[in-house]
Amino acid sequence: MIELSGIRKAFNQGHDNEYWALDGIDLSIEAKKVTALRGPSGSGKTTLLTIVGCLARPTEGRVRLLGEDISGLPERFLTEIRRKRFGFIFQQFNLIKGLSALDNIILPAYPTGRPRRELLERAEELLAGLKLGHRRHAKVEWLSGGEQQRVAICRALINDPELVIADEPTANLDTHLSREFMGILEGLADQGRTILLTSHDPLVVESDVVQRVIDMRDGKLIDEH
Amino acid sequence: MKLWLAKQRYLIDFTLASLARRKTRNLGLLLVYTLLVFMLASVTLYTHALRQEAARVLAASPEVIVQRMVAGRHDLIPPGYMEKIGRIRGVQKMEGRLWGYYYDAVTKANYTFMVPAGNPPAAGEIVVGPALERSRGLAKDNGISFRSYSGKLHTFIVADVLPQASELVSADLVLMSEQNFRAFFDYPVGHYTDIALSVANPQEVRNVAVKLGAALPDARPILRDEVLRTYASIYDWREGIVLALLSAAILAFGILAWEKASGLSAEEKREIGILKAIGWETGDVIKMKFWEGLLISLTAFLAGFVAAYVHVFHFAASLFEPVLKGWAVLYPRFQLTPHIDGLQVATLFFFTVVPYAAAVLVPIWKAAITDPDSVMRS
Ligand SMILES: Nc1ncnc2c1ncn2[C@@H]1O[C@H](COP(=O)(O)OP(=O)(O)OP(=O)(O)O)[C@@H](O)[C@H]1O
Ligand SMILES: [Mg+2]
Repeated sequence: MIELSGIRKAFNQGHDNEYWALDGIDLSIEAKKVTALRGPSGSGKTTLLTIVGCLARPTEGRVRLLGEDISGLPERFLTEIRRKRFGFIFQQFNLIKGLSALDNIILPAYPTGRPRRELLERAEELLAGLKLGHRRHAKVEWLSGGEQQRVAICRALINDPELVIADEPTANLDTHLSREFMGILEGLADQGRTILLTSHDPLVVESDVVQRVIDMRDGKLIDEH
Repeated sequence: MKLWLAKQRYLIDFTLASLARRKTRNLGLLLVYTLLVFMLASVTLYTHALRQEAARVLAASPEVIVQRMVAGRHDLIPPGYMEKIGRIRGVQKMEGRLWGYYYDAVTKANYTFMVPAGNPPAAGEIVVGPALERSRGLAKDNGISFRSYSGKLHTFIVADVLPQASELVSADLVLMSEQNFRAFFDYPVGHYTDIALSVANPQEVRNVAVKLGAALPDARPILRDEVLRTYASIYDWREGIVLALLSAAILAFGILAWEKASGLSAEEKREIGILKAIGWETGDVIKMKFWEGLLISLTAFLAGFVAAYVHVFHFAASLFEPVLKGWAVLYPRFQLTPHIDGLQVATLFFFTVVPYAAAVLVPIWKAAITDPDSVMRS
């Protein structure tokens, strides 16, 4: 689905503190599979996710989505790709405080202009699917960590993305909640979505749900299982 | 088109929600902003209405007033004076006027006693201005006594009260017959306070003044146009003082707006990042913030302007009265004729809304064009 070739990413390029977070990545992410990136802290996992997710551009190299080179596209098209094809689950959940769970979930759909009623119906459906229907009107800051993450998952799914990107999804969860998350992930995989995540958590990378684990170190891919 | 409308509605919905989320801060800002618009609008509405009022009153007054000067002081017009003017060409009508000031110890205020040109009150009757009606509690058919400067008490019956129309000038008026006036002030027979001349052709006014100077070297002609200009400059000057005082407030507001804008909180920056990451376009984010700024500034502008309108035209600008109105002790508490000038509103709008919008949008724009990858960290 996504092919990366010769990806390099520099921070503070041209300054004294220039740092190459990614240093020559060639990777093909297959559709309808669960892929995990693993590696020590600072190895470049998050940076790689931002490039796959079109949140940032590589300094060098090409990104191809369904065979089409998207690394040179203007910002506006990248935004559209993010909105239509990708759903993000951030480590810090990144929900908007002060808004209810439902309002947070439908936020990514605003730019599509889809009717509000349709959006709310879909959001309720997603919340019910994650057993959170009773909390739909609660402000997100009142929710527990696990509940917040489920709201974040619903938000990632509102535009029905093909690829779900999750950065350290279990880092803020206890064992029980992590297992629940893996259950949800399995459900998403069963729906035929492509999933790309990063994790050091053995509970994640050693789970049966994850079909492919890629090891990283110092901005390079070193191993694969 | 429908899609576009739906999008705008979502943006506005979100904007309203985010305004509500930061209630205290936005209310505080709104309050300061409204107050500023209120003050500025009050001053401009008030001085504008005053100028209009003065112009309206003066429009009905004679083109030229002739006073006689003795040792540089205004003196009475002696008998025979008017005959000399009668021969000046261009003068259409001429009349000797009788008026004077009277200090009322009861209300500690000055009244203007005057003999009106056409149908004066009958002997023993007076017509009073609305200010007197209020301060002395007078009504039609009441009797009132004034002690004249010679010490004698004169009693009059109030025949009527003047209408409010041009209260600025007529508020402290007391109209009476010629005999009563002369008797009250011991005014010598055949003498007048000044002379009012009507000049039909406006172009002739200056010529008439020149000829007056030649024929009557001790006369001082006062031209209506000059009075109008003097009024205007007095109001300009007073408006200037108030605006100078207000500029401090404007400055403070500018700093506040800039602070809010450039000090775009970490929370707001984070939100912009999130919105972009989940698929909002840079344009959407800027539009949303634009709606936010527009809502705040329009609300403040409307609220401030309406409040100022009420203040000026229903409460007679009670906050500015002492600074902006005349010197008379007896303030005419008059109702100004409501009047709104399009250009004036536009100017006010430009100087309050545009700087705010600009101050707010620049930093938003800066935050909105950066890559959203930072949301993955922190
Ligand atoms: N904006 C930035 N400016 C400078 N350096 C950066 C920036 N973002 C990331 N880095 C550096 O790039 C390297 C890779 O960071 P990245 O976040 O991708 O690591 P990671 O594998 O996700 O680590 P972790 O497991 O701790 O999340 C790190 O050394 C980090 O300090
Ligand atoms: Mg990371």
